[in-house]
Amino acid sequence: MSTVMTKAINLKLVRNDNERSEPEVQKEVVYDTKGLNLWYGETHALKNINMDIREKEVTAIIGPSGCGKSTYLKTLNRMVELVPIVKTSGQITYKGKNILDKSFRVEDLRTQVGMVFQKANPFPKSIYENIAYGPKIHGIKNKKILDEIVENSLRGAFIWDELKDRLNDNAYGLSGGQQQRLCIARCLAVEPNVILMDEPTSALDPKSTLRIEELVQELKKDYAIVIVTHNMQQAARISDKTAFFLNGEIIEYDKTDHIFNNPADERTGDYISGRFG
Amino acid sequence: MAANNKNRMSVSEMIEQQKQKRKIFNQLERMIPSLLLMIASISVLTTVGIIYTLFAESVAFFRNVPILDFFTGTVLKPLSQNPEFGVLPLLNGTIISTVIAMLVAGPIGMMSAIYLSEYAPDNVRRVLKPLLEILAGVPTIVYGFFAFTFVTPLLRMVFPSIEATNILSPGIIMGVMIIPMIASLSEDAMSSVPNSMREGALALGSTKLETTFKVVIPAALSGIVASFVLGISRAIGETMIVAIASGSSKNFSFDITGSMQTMTAYIVEVAGGEAAAGTTIYYSLYAVALTLFVFTLIMNLLAKYISRKFREEY
Repeated sequence: MSTVMTKAINLKLVRNDNERSEPEVQKEVVYDTKGLNLWYGETHALKNINMDIREKEVTAIIGPSGCGKSTYLKTLNRMVELVPIVKTSGQITYKGKNILDKSFRVEDLRTQVGMVFQKANPFPKSIYENIAYGPKIHGIKNKKILDEIVENSLRGAFIWDELKDRLNDNAYGLSGGQQQRLCIARCLAVEPNVILMDEPTSALDPKSTLRIEELVQELKKDYAIVIVTHNMQQAARISDKTAFFLNGEIIEYDKTDHIFNNPADERTGDYISGRFG
Repeated sequence: MAANNKNRMSVSEMIEQQKQKRKIFNQLERMIPSLLLMIASISVLTTVGIIYTLFAESVAFFRNVPILDFFTGTVLKPLSQNPEFGVLPLLNGTIISTVIAMLVAGPIGMMSAIYLSEYAPDNVRRVLKPLLEILAGVPTIVYGFFAFTFVTPLLRMVFPSIEATNILSPGIIMGVMIIPMIASLSEDAMSSVPNSMREGALALGSTKLETTFKVVIPAALSGIVASFVLGISRAIGETMIVAIASGSSKNFSFDITGSMQTMTAYIVEVAGGEAAAGTTIYYSLYAVALTLFVFTLIMNLLAKYISRKFREEY
């Protein structure tokens, strides 16, 4: 690749290469980000982000602290707006609609796009009520259906067997790893299309981390998953595609194999090999 | 520096030297817990003393007036030729004024707390909350004549038959007095709910209102209940406002536009009058005060029970 070429073209060519070399069916695009810029007050936190996210894939976002990866993730469900001084330009198309449009109802978006946070944040309610919360606020009141949803969601997060006898216990009695899987189950209860994960294992021990990673592999059969991680091995292990963010820009976005084995940009290679960040 | 070090003793030597001087301090140090215990028990002992006096003098009262007559009597005529001492009119006045006050303070205080904790921008909250707390510092006597000279005439536009002294206007004003307490304490309780819980709820597609009512308020419930109970206790114990604006009618009635007397106002009236020590009317003070005390005690115990039952631990 010639260094004269702009990064955007660079990325495009890489992507086209992939398409040619592997003629397998391209998965459907869920999110299409075009020319996204974001400012926190005067700070330009995301610069001209172009990226698509496809269904039934795990997309990892890596990069050093403060590179904008969490910000981008939170833009995908507009949680970033909880910071009142945020301004955005550009567009993010979700299922054909620009979610940055002020007329787009964020509650609808967040119902379809689940989020798992860095630190498990169950509600101080029973395990059952934690899972039933989402369906309930969207109007599902039937006890039988709720029971079913609770069971399916907990099964989906592979935590049913551990918790089925203590559904009425307070969620804060669970271990950190269990709480995080409970939060994933809570997400699944509203049957989203996409699950955003913001460093979901950074507060967990290796064993719990492994279980979450296995869970992610299962979940990607049905959901598009975007995961922000500080852990490069984790990105390499569980993701199909990886985006490398640096100072608010995407340096490289490609298949995870390419990023880790044959990065196109020198800075990607440096970061992955641990030379900075 | 090196020379300096040679001239003076080493630190450990100096510590050793100081040890002698510190001996007396060490003894004092050992006495500190018992000293502090003594100081802390002052308030406990005072309470015990008050309870003892209340009981002792009430016993004298109940020697003259049967206890059943006192608690079930609907007639209170302490100054008549054939005095009757039924506490129900006073109890009724206290409960009605408290209910009116809480009907005002509960919703308004709660909404203010929700606004301050969930909706108000930082700069608004920084101005509004101290302002609200100033309201709590207004002397109750000021509220009292405010109720009498301003609120009652205002109420006359709605209820033309309202009496000059009535229970409605001090009830409302007591509510206004309690608003800051409920707003401020509930706001504290709600603000201390971690943001991560709000994020969790919002990320599931809850609106802000749903998040507030289904996640934040339940999580803060024990603090909110505590603020309500403090409010109720304050209303039960409030004296000046009702003494001024509600008159001294001792009728057992439920007409909120009429005058009623609360337990506290009765105590003011009797204690301020010429009740000679040793008379039944003098002892009735203690019986009423004891009732008031038991009443608030039950309220506080109830509150403890409720807040423990509804507590959501996080």
